[in-house]
Amino acid sequence: MIAAMGLIAMQTARLSFRHGGGAFVGLVFFLAVVTVVPFAVGPDLRLLARIGPAVLWIGALLATLLGLDRLFRDDHDDGSLDLFVLADLPLELTVLAKCAGAWLATGLPLVVATPVLGLLLGVPPAPLALTTATLLVGTPALTLIGAIGAALITALGRGGLLVAVLVLPFTIPVLIFGVSATALGGPVAVTDPLLILVALTLISAVVAPLAAAAALRGGLD
Amino acid sequence: MPHDQETSPAAVTAPVSVRLSASELAAVRGNRQVFAGVSFSVTAGELMAVTGPNGAGKSTLLRLIAGLLPPSAGEVSLVPVGEEKIGTRLHYVGHRDGLKPSETVRRNLQFWARLWGGGDVEPALAALALERLAELPVAVLSAGQRRRAALARLLLVERPLWLLDEPATALDAAGEARLGHLIGAHLAAGGMAVVATHLDLPVKPTATLALRTA
Repeated sequence: MIAAMGLIAMQTARLSFRHGGGAFVGLVFFLAVVTVVPFAVGPDLRLLARIGPAVLWIGALLATLLGLDRLFRDDHDDGSLDLFVLADLPLELTVLAKCAGAWLATGLPLVVATPVLGLLLGVPPAPLALTTATLLVGTPALTLIGAIGAALITALGRGGLLVAVLVLPFTIPVLIFGVSATALGGPVAVTDPLLILVALTLISAVVAPLAAAAALRGGLD
Repeated sequence: MPHDQETSPAAVTAPVSVRLSASELAAVRGNRQVFAGVSFSVTAGELMAVTGPNGAGKSTLLRLIAGLLPPSAGEVSLVPVGEEKIGTRLHYVGHRDGLKPSETVRRNLQFWARLWGGGDVEPALAALALERLAELPVAVLSAGQRRRAALARLLLVERPLWLLDEPATALDAAGEARLGHLIGAHLAAGGMAVVATHLDLPVKPTATLALRTA
Protein backbone atom coordinates (compact mmCIF):
# COMPACT_ATOMS: atom_id res chain seq x y z
CA MET A 1 0.00 0.00 0.00
CA ILE A 2 2.84 2.38 0.89
CA ALA A 3 4.63 1.32 -2.28
CA ALA A 4 1.53 2.03 -4.37
CA MET A 5 1.14 5.47 -2.77
CA GLY A 6 4.81 6.23 -3.40
CA LEU A 7 4.37 5.21 -7.01
CA ILE A 8 1.39 7.53 -7.48
CA ALA A 9 3.11 10.41 -5.67
CA MET A 10 6.21 10.09 -7.84
CA GLN A 11 4.13 9.92 -11.02
CA THR A 12 2.22 13.06 -10.02
CA ALA A 13 5.44 14.92 -9.23
CA ARG A 14 7.10 13.76 -12.44
CA LEU A 15 4.15 14.75 -14.61
CA SER A 16 3.90 18.22 -13.09
CA PHE A 17 7.40 18.98 -14.36
CA ARG A 18 6.53 17.75 -17.87
CA HIS A 19 5.03 19.57 -20.85
CA GLY A 20 4.67 22.99 -19.25
CA GLY A 21 3.22 21.47 -16.09
CA GLY A 22 2.36 23.81 -13.25
CA ALA A 23 5.47 23.22 -11.16
CA PHE A 24 7.77 25.86 -12.68
CA VAL A 25 4.94 28.29 -13.35
CA GLY A 26 4.11 28.35 -9.65
CA LEU A 27 7.68 29.12 -8.71
CA VAL A 28 7.94 31.91 -11.29
CA PHE A 29 4.62 33.33 -10.13
CA PHE A 30 5.90 33.33 -6.53
CA LEU A 31 9.00 35.19 -7.66
CA ALA A 32 6.86 37.70 -9.60
CA VAL A 33 4.58 38.48 -6.65
CA VAL A 34 7.48 38.97 -4.25
CA THR A 35 9.51 41.17 -6.61
CA VAL A 36 6.57 43.38 -7.55
CA VAL A 37 5.64 44.31 -3.98
CA PRO A 38 8.70 46.53 -3.28
CA PHE A 39 7.86 48.56 -6.40
CA ALA A 40 4.36 49.13 -5.09
CA VAL A 41 5.31 49.82 -1.48
CA GLY A 42 8.36 51.96 -2.18
CA PRO A 43 11.93 51.75 -0.93
CA ASP A 44 11.05 51.75 2.79
CA LEU A 45 13.25 48.91 4.04
CA ARG A 46 11.78 48.81 7.53
CA LEU A 47 8.25 48.55 6.19
CA LEU A 48 9.30 45.84 3.72
CA ALA A 49 11.04 43.88 6.45
CA ARG A 50 7.89 44.08 8.58
CA ILE A 51 5.43 43.00 5.87
CA GLY A 52 7.93 40.60 4.25
CA PRO A 53 6.69 37.38 5.89
CA ALA A 54 3.08 38.25 4.97
CA VAL A 55 4.08 38.92 1.34
CA LEU A 56 5.94 35.62 1.19
CA TRP A 57 2.93 33.80 2.58
CA ILE A 58 0.48 35.42 0.16
CA GLY A 59 2.80 34.64 -2.75
CA ALA A 60 3.13 31.01 -1.67
CA LEU A 61 -0.63 30.71 -1.15
CA LEU A 62 -1.48 31.99 -4.63
CA ALA A 63 1.31 30.04 -6.31
CA THR A 64 0.13 26.80 -4.65
CA LEU A 65 -3.51 27.27 -5.61
CA LEU A 66 -2.69 28.26 -9.20
CA GLY A 67 -1.14 24.90 -10.04
CA LEU A 68 -3.86 22.75 -8.55
CA ASP A 69 -6.58 22.80 -11.18
CA ARG A 70 -4.91 20.00 -13.13
CA LEU A 71 -4.38 17.74 -10.10
CA PHE A 72 -7.28 15.45 -11.06
CA ARG A 73 -8.46 16.92 -14.37
CA ASP A 74 -5.75 15.26 -16.47
CA ASP A 75 -6.50 11.90 -14.85
CA HIS A 76 -10.19 12.38 -15.54
CA ASP A 77 -9.65 13.42 -19.14
CA ASP A 78 -7.28 10.59 -20.07
CA GLY A 79 -9.24 7.90 -18.23
CA SER A 80 -6.68 7.12 -15.52
CA LEU A 81 -9.17 8.23 -12.89
CA ASP A 82 -11.46 5.30 -13.79
CA LEU A 83 -8.56 2.92 -13.22
CA PHE A 84 -7.66 4.59 -9.92
CA VAL A 85 -11.27 4.19 -8.76
CA LEU A 86 -11.23 0.51 -9.72
CA ALA A 87 -7.83 -0.17 -8.14
CA ASP A 88 -7.30 -1.95 -4.86
CA LEU A 89 -5.87 1.16 -3.19
CA PRO A 90 -8.75 3.18 -1.67
CA LEU A 91 -9.38 6.38 -3.64
CA GLU A 92 -8.82 8.41 -0.47
CA LEU A 93 -5.23 7.17 -0.27
CA THR A 94 -4.75 7.77 -3.99
CA VAL A 95 -5.83 11.38 -3.39
CA LEU A 96 -3.44 11.69 -0.45
CA ALA A 97 -0.61 10.31 -2.56
CA LYS A 98 -1.41 12.71 -5.41
CA CYS A 99 -1.40 15.61 -2.93
CA ALA A 100 2.00 14.49 -1.65
CA GLY A 101 3.30 14.38 -5.22
CA ALA A 102 1.84 17.79 -6.03
CA TRP A 103 3.38 19.27 -2.90
CA LEU A 104 6.80 17.83 -3.74
CA ALA A 105 6.59 19.45 -7.18
CA THR A 106 5.08 22.81 -6.25
CA GLY A 107 5.11 23.36 -2.46
CA LEU A 108 8.63 22.24 -1.66
CA PRO A 109 10.31 24.44 -4.31
CA LEU A 110 8.45 27.44 -2.85
CA VAL A 111 9.80 26.64 0.60
CA VAL A 112 13.31 26.28 -0.77
CA ALA A 113 13.03 29.60 -2.64
CA THR A 114 11.70 31.49 0.39
CA PRO A 115 15.08 32.31 2.05
CA VAL A 116 16.36 33.77 -1.24
CA LEU A 117 13.23 35.80 -1.94
CA GLY A 118 13.15 36.97 1.68
CA LEU A 119 16.49 38.66 1.07
CA LEU A 120 14.89 40.69 -1.74
CA LEU A 121 12.41 42.02 0.81
CA GLY A 122 15.11 42.66 3.44
CA VAL A 123 13.52 40.34 6.00
CA PRO A 124 15.94 39.82 8.95
CA PRO A 125 17.37 36.31 9.44
CA ALA A 126 15.27 35.24 12.44
CA PRO A 127 11.81 36.04 10.98
CA LEU A 128 12.99 34.71 7.62
CA ALA A 129 13.93 31.36 9.16
CA LEU A 130 10.54 31.28 10.87
CA THR A 131 8.73 32.13 7.64
CA THR A 132 10.52 29.30 5.87
CA ALA A 133 9.62 26.91 8.69
CA THR A 134 5.96 27.94 8.75
CA LEU A 135 5.74 27.57 4.99
CA LEU A 136 7.26 24.10 5.27
CA VAL A 137 4.57 23.17 7.78
CA GLY A 138 1.72 25.13 6.21
CA THR A 139 1.97 24.62 2.45
CA PRO A 140 0.90 20.94 2.70
CA ALA A 141 -2.36 22.19 4.21
CA LEU A 142 -2.79 24.56 1.26
CA THR A 143 -2.27 21.73 -1.23
CA LEU A 144 -4.66 19.45 0.65
CA ILE A 145 -7.43 22.04 0.98
CA GLY A 146 -6.88 22.96 -2.65
CA ALA A 147 -7.30 19.31 -3.61
CA ILE A 148 -10.92 19.42 -2.45
CA GLY A 149 -11.54 22.32 -4.82
CA ALA A 150 -9.64 20.56 -7.60
CA ALA A 151 -11.79 17.44 -7.16
CA LEU A 152 -15.01 19.47 -7.22
CA ILE A 153 -13.90 21.31 -10.35
CA THR A 154 -13.05 18.01 -12.03
CA ALA A 155 -16.45 16.62 -11.09
CA LEU A 156 -18.15 19.69 -12.56
CA GLY A 157 -16.06 19.61 -15.71
CA ARG A 158 -14.68 23.11 -15.23
CA GLY A 159 -11.14 24.30 -14.88
CA GLY A 160 -8.80 27.21 -14.67
CA LEU A 161 -8.78 29.81 -11.95
CA LEU A 162 -12.07 28.63 -10.47
CA VAL A 163 -10.16 26.36 -8.08
CA ALA A 164 -8.23 29.29 -6.62
CA VAL A 165 -11.37 31.41 -6.23
CA LEU A 166 -13.31 28.54 -4.67
CA VAL A 167 -10.63 27.47 -2.24
CA LEU A 168 -9.14 30.81 -1.21
CA PRO A 169 -11.66 31.54 1.61
CA PHE A 170 -10.95 28.18 3.22
CA THR A 171 -7.21 28.79 3.30
CA ILE A 172 -7.54 31.98 5.35
CA PRO A 173 -7.05 30.21 8.73
CA VAL A 174 -3.82 28.69 7.45
CA LEU A 175 -2.69 32.13 6.27
CA ILE A 176 -3.56 33.80 9.59
CA PHE A 177 -1.73 31.30 11.77
CA GLY A 178 1.12 30.97 9.32
CA VAL A 179 1.85 34.68 9.32
CA SER A 180 1.27 35.19 13.03
CA ALA A 181 3.78 32.44 13.78
CA THR A 182 6.43 34.63 12.18
CA ALA A 183 5.74 37.69 14.36
CA LEU A 184 8.66 37.59 16.78
CA GLY A 185 8.17 39.86 19.79
CA GLY A 186 4.47 40.17 19.06
CA PRO A 187 1.61 39.90 21.58
CA VAL A 188 1.53 36.06 21.42
CA ALA A 189 4.33 33.54 21.61
CA VAL A 190 5.37 32.12 18.25
CA THR A 191 4.85 28.51 19.30
CA ASP A 192 1.06 28.82 19.79
CA PRO A 193 0.16 29.73 16.19
CA LEU A 194 2.84 27.33 14.96
CA LEU A 195 1.19 24.44 16.79
CA ILE A 196 -2.22 25.44 15.45
CA LEU A 197 -0.69 25.52 11.97
CA VAL A 198 0.61 21.98 12.46
CA ALA A 199 -2.85 20.95 13.64
CA LEU A 200 -4.47 22.50 10.56
CA THR A 201 -2.13 20.56 8.30
CA LEU A 202 -2.82 17.29 10.11
CA ILE A 203 -6.58 17.83 10.11
CA SER A 204 -6.62 18.65 6.41
CA ALA A 205 -4.54 15.53 5.72
CA VAL A 206 -7.46 13.53 7.11
CA VAL A 207 -10.45 15.54 5.91
CA ALA A 208 -9.29 16.58 2.44
CA PRO A 209 -8.73 13.06 1.03
CA LEU A 210 -12.18 11.98 2.25
CA ALA A 211 -13.89 15.03 0.76
CA ALA A 212 -11.95 15.01 -2.51
CA ALA A 213 -12.49 11.26 -3.03
CA ALA A 214 -16.23 11.68 -2.44
CA ALA A 215 -16.33 14.51 -4.98
CA LEU A 216 -14.40 12.47 -7.53
CA ARG A 217 -16.67 9.44 -7.12
CA GLY A 218 -19.74 11.62 -7.46
CA GLY A 219 -18.36 13.18 -10.60
CA LEU A 220 -17.72 9.96 -12.53
CA ASP A 221 -19.58 9.98 -15.80
CA MET B 1 -21.96 -27.56 -18.44
CA PRO B 2 -20.82 -24.04 -17.75
CA HIS B 3 -17.20 -24.74 -18.57
CA ASP B 4 -15.84 -24.15 -22.06
CA GLN B 5 -15.24 -27.04 -24.35
CA GLU B 6 -11.68 -26.13 -25.26
CA THR B 7 -9.01 -28.49 -24.08
CA SER B 8 -6.19 -26.03 -23.50
CA PRO B 9 -4.17 -26.86 -20.37
CA ALA B 10 -5.00 -23.48 -18.80
CA ALA B 11 -8.70 -24.29 -18.86
CA VAL B 12 -8.17 -27.19 -16.51
CA THR B 13 -6.70 -25.05 -13.76
CA ALA B 14 -9.15 -22.16 -14.15
CA PRO B 15 -11.87 -21.78 -11.54
CA VAL B 16 -15.01 -23.28 -12.99
CA SER B 17 -17.44 -21.30 -10.94
CA VAL B 18 -16.71 -17.76 -12.13
CA ARG B 19 -19.87 -16.10 -13.26
CA LEU B 20 -20.99 -12.57 -13.95
CA SER B 21 -24.68 -12.02 -13.66
CA ALA B 22 -26.95 -9.02 -13.77
CA SER B 23 -30.64 -8.84 -13.04
CA GLU B 24 -33.12 -6.19 -14.08
CA LEU B 25 -30.43 -3.52 -14.53
CA ALA B 26 -31.57 -0.01 -15.29
CA ALA B 27 -29.60 3.15 -15.88
CA VAL B 28 -30.54 6.80 -15.88
CA ARG B 29 -28.22 9.44 -17.34
CA GLY B 30 -29.24 13.01 -16.79
CA ASN B 31 -33.01 12.67 -16.64
CA ARG B 32 -33.17 10.13 -19.42
CA GLN B 33 -33.80 6.43 -18.91
CA VAL B 34 -31.04 4.80 -20.98
CA PHE B 35 -32.13 1.20 -20.55
CA ALA B 36 -34.15 -0.88 -18.11
CA GLY B 37 -34.73 -4.53 -17.33
CA VAL B 38 -31.41 -5.77 -18.65
CA SER B 39 -30.54 -9.24 -17.35
CA PHE B 40 -27.76 -11.55 -18.45
CA SER B 41 -25.32 -14.12 -17.23
CA VAL B 42 -21.81 -14.85 -18.43
CA THR B 43 -19.69 -17.78 -17.25
CA ALA B 44 -16.15 -18.99 -17.78
CA GLY B 45 -15.07 -19.07 -21.40
CA GLU B 46 -17.96 -16.96 -22.63
CA LEU B 47 -17.87 -13.76 -24.60
CA MET B 48 -20.91 -11.53 -24.57
CA ALA B 49 -21.18 -8.87 -27.24
CA VAL B 50 -23.21 -5.80 -26.35
CA THR B 51 -24.64 -4.23 -29.48
CA GLY B 52 -26.98 -1.39 -30.23
CA PRO B 53 -27.12 2.01 -31.89
CA ASN B 54 -25.29 5.06 -30.53
CA GLY B 55 -26.79 6.21 -27.27
CA ALA B 56 -28.35 2.84 -26.49
CA GLY B 57 -26.20 2.60 -23.34
CA LYS B 58 -23.43 0.18 -24.30
CA SER B 59 -20.71 2.17 -22.54
CA THR B 60 -23.01 2.91 -19.64
CA LEU B 61 -23.67 -0.80 -19.17
CA LEU B 62 -19.94 -1.57 -19.05
CA ARG B 63 -19.30 1.23 -16.54
CA LEU B 64 -22.19 -0.05 -14.48
CA ILE B 65 -20.76 -3.57 -14.42
CA ALA B 66 -17.36 -2.20 -13.39
CA GLY B 67 -18.96 -0.29 -10.53
CA LEU B 68 -17.94 3.09 -11.94
CA LEU B 69 -21.60 4.13 -12.05
CA PRO B 70 -24.38 3.05 -9.71
CA PRO B 71 -27.36 1.34 -11.39
CA SER B 72 -30.69 3.05 -10.83
CA ALA B 73 -32.24 -0.40 -10.34
CA GLY B 74 -31.12 -4.02 -10.32
CA GLU B 75 -27.78 -5.46 -9.39
CA VAL B 76 -24.57 -6.93 -10.76
CA SER B 77 -22.69 -9.76 -9.12
CA LEU B 78 -19.39 -11.39 -9.90
CA VAL B 79 -19.17 -14.90 -8.39
CA PRO B 80 -17.17 -15.99 -6.44
CA VAL B 81 -17.96 -13.04 -4.20
CA GLY B 82 -14.68 -11.97 -2.67
CA GLU B 83 -13.53 -9.61 0.02
CA GLU B 84 -11.74 -7.48 -2.54
CA LYS B 85 -13.30 -4.75 -4.66
CA ILE B 86 -14.96 -5.89 -7.88
CA GLY B 87 -12.62 -3.50 -9.66
CA THR B 88 -9.62 -5.67 -8.81
CA ARG B 89 -11.14 -8.69 -10.52
CA LEU B 90 -11.78 -7.07 -13.87
CA HIS B 91 -10.01 -5.15 -16.57
CA TYR B 92 -11.81 -2.15 -17.98
CA VAL B 93 -10.72 -0.63 -21.28
CA GLY B 94 -12.88 2.38 -22.07
CA HIS B 95 -12.92 5.08 -24.74
CA ARG B 96 -10.30 7.04 -22.85
CA ASP B 97 -7.07 5.13 -22.96
CA GLY B 98 -5.71 5.94 -19.48
CA LEU B 99 -2.26 6.72 -20.88
CA LYS B 100 -0.14 9.72 -19.90
CA PRO B 101 0.83 11.49 -23.15
CA SER B 102 4.20 12.73 -21.90
CA GLU B 103 5.41 9.35 -20.67
CA THR B 104 6.73 6.49 -22.74
CA VAL B 105 4.62 3.43 -23.52
CA ARG B 106 6.86 1.31 -21.32
CA ARG B 107 6.60 3.73 -18.41
CA ASN B 108 2.83 3.90 -18.70
CA LEU B 109 2.58 0.12 -18.58
CA GLN B 110 5.14 -0.20 -15.80
CA PHE B 111 3.15 2.22 -13.65
CA TRP B 112 0.02 0.06 -13.77
CA ALA B 113 1.97 -3.19 -13.55
CA ARG B 114 3.51 -2.03 -10.28
CA LEU B 115 0.28 -0.59 -8.93
CA TRP B 116 -1.55 -3.84 -9.65
CA GLY B 117 1.25 -6.00 -8.29
CA GLY B 118 2.07 -7.42 -11.70
CA GLY B 119 5.46 -8.31 -13.07
CA ASP B 120 7.34 -7.72 -16.28
CA VAL B 121 5.77 -5.60 -19.02
CA GLU B 122 7.75 -7.22 -21.85
CA PRO B 123 5.25 -10.01 -22.63
CA ALA B 124 2.44 -7.45 -22.86
CA LEU B 125 4.52 -5.22 -25.15
CA ALA B 126 5.36 -8.21 -27.33
CA ALA B 127 1.79 -9.48 -27.53
CA LEU B 128 0.63 -6.19 -29.04
CA ALA B 129 3.74 -5.61 -31.18
CA LEU B 130 4.71 -2.53 -29.21
CA GLU B 131 8.41 -3.33 -28.71
CA ARG B 132 9.57 -0.79 -31.27
CA LEU B 133 7.28 1.89 -29.83
CA ALA B 134 8.10 1.18 -26.18
CA GLU B 135 10.47 4.11 -25.70
CA LEU B 136 8.30 6.68 -27.49
CA PRO B 137 6.08 9.08 -25.57
CA VAL B 138 2.42 8.21 -26.00
CA ALA B 139 1.76 11.72 -27.37
CA VAL B 140 3.45 10.88 -30.69
CA LEU B 141 1.59 7.59 -31.26
CA SER B 142 -1.25 7.19 -33.73
CA ALA B 143 -4.76 6.39 -32.52
CA GLY B 144 -4.39 2.70 -33.34
CA GLN B 145 -1.03 2.48 -31.60
CA ARG B 146 -2.48 4.12 -28.50
CA ARG B 147 -5.32 1.65 -28.50
CA ARG B 148 -2.82 -1.19 -28.64
CA ALA B 149 -0.96 0.31 -25.69
CA ALA B 150 -4.23 0.53 -23.76
CA LEU B 151 -5.05 -3.08 -24.63
CA ALA B 152 -1.59 -4.17 -23.44
CA ARG B 153 -2.76 -3.40 -19.90
CA LEU B 154 -5.06 -6.44 -20.13
CA LEU B 155 -2.01 -8.69 -19.97
CA LEU B 156 -0.20 -7.04 -17.05
CA VAL B 157 -2.12 -8.99 -14.45
CA GLU B 158 -4.53 -11.85 -14.88
CA ARG B 159 -8.13 -11.03 -14.08
CA PRO B 160 -11.22 -13.14 -14.78
CA LEU B 161 -13.43 -10.49 -16.37
CA TRP B 162 -12.59 -8.18 -19.27
CA LEU B 163 -14.83 -5.23 -20.04
CA LEU B 164 -13.94 -3.79 -23.42
CA ASP B 165 -15.61 -0.73 -24.86
CA GLU B 166 -15.25 -0.68 -28.67
CA PRO B 167 -11.81 -2.35 -28.43
CA ALA B 168 -11.28 -2.56 -32.19
CA THR B 169 -11.65 1.18 -32.79
CA ALA B 170 -8.76 2.53 -34.88
CA LEU B 171 -7.06 -0.86 -35.06
CA ASP B 172 -5.72 -2.08 -38.42
CA ALA B 173 -6.28 -5.62 -39.68
CA ALA B 174 -3.17 -6.94 -37.91
CA GLY B 175 -4.20 -5.19 -34.69
CA GLU B 176 -7.67 -6.69 -34.90
CA ALA B 177 -6.18 -10.14 -35.38
CA ARG B 178 -4.02 -9.64 -32.29
CA LEU B 179 -7.04 -8.49 -30.32
CA GLY B 180 -8.93 -11.59 -31.44
CA HIS B 181 -6.02 -13.74 -30.38
CA LEU B 182 -5.89 -12.08 -26.93
CA ILE B 183 -9.61 -12.51 -26.32
CA GLY B 184 -9.49 -16.10 -27.57
CA ALA B 185 -6.63 -16.97 -25.21
CA HIS B 186 -8.38 -15.26 -22.31
CA LEU B 187 -11.58 -17.24 -22.90
CA ALA B 188 -9.68 -20.48 -23.38
CA ALA B 189 -8.07 -19.93 -19.98
CA GLY B 190 -11.49 -19.75 -18.36
CA GLY B 191 -11.91 -15.98 -18.50
CA MET B 192 -15.01 -13.98 -19.33
CA ALA B 193 -15.41 -10.96 -21.56
CA VAL B 194 -18.12 -8.41 -22.16
CA VAL B 195 -17.46 -6.35 -25.27
CA ALA B 196 -19.45 -3.35 -26.40
CA THR B 197 -19.23 -2.99 -30.16
CA HIS B 198 -21.08 -2.03 -33.27
CA LEU B 199 -18.59 -3.79 -35.52
CA ASP B 200 -18.05 -7.50 -36.06
CA LEU B 201 -15.69 -8.87 -33.45
CA PRO B 202 -12.62 -10.87 -34.47
CA VAL B 203 -13.85 -13.61 -32.11
CA LYS B 204 -17.32 -15.06 -32.41
CA PRO B 205 -19.37 -14.10 -29.35
CA THR B 206 -21.16 -16.85 -27.44
CA ALA B 207 -24.01 -14.50 -26.64
CA THR B 208 -25.23 -11.14 -27.84
CA LEU B 209 -27.07 -8.56 -25.82
CA ALA B 210 -28.84 -6.09 -28.06
CA LEU B 211 -29.69 -2.77 -26.45
CA ARG B 212 -32.31 -0.53 -28.04
CA THR B 213 -32.72 3.18 -27.67
CA ALA B 214 -35.42 3.66 -25.07
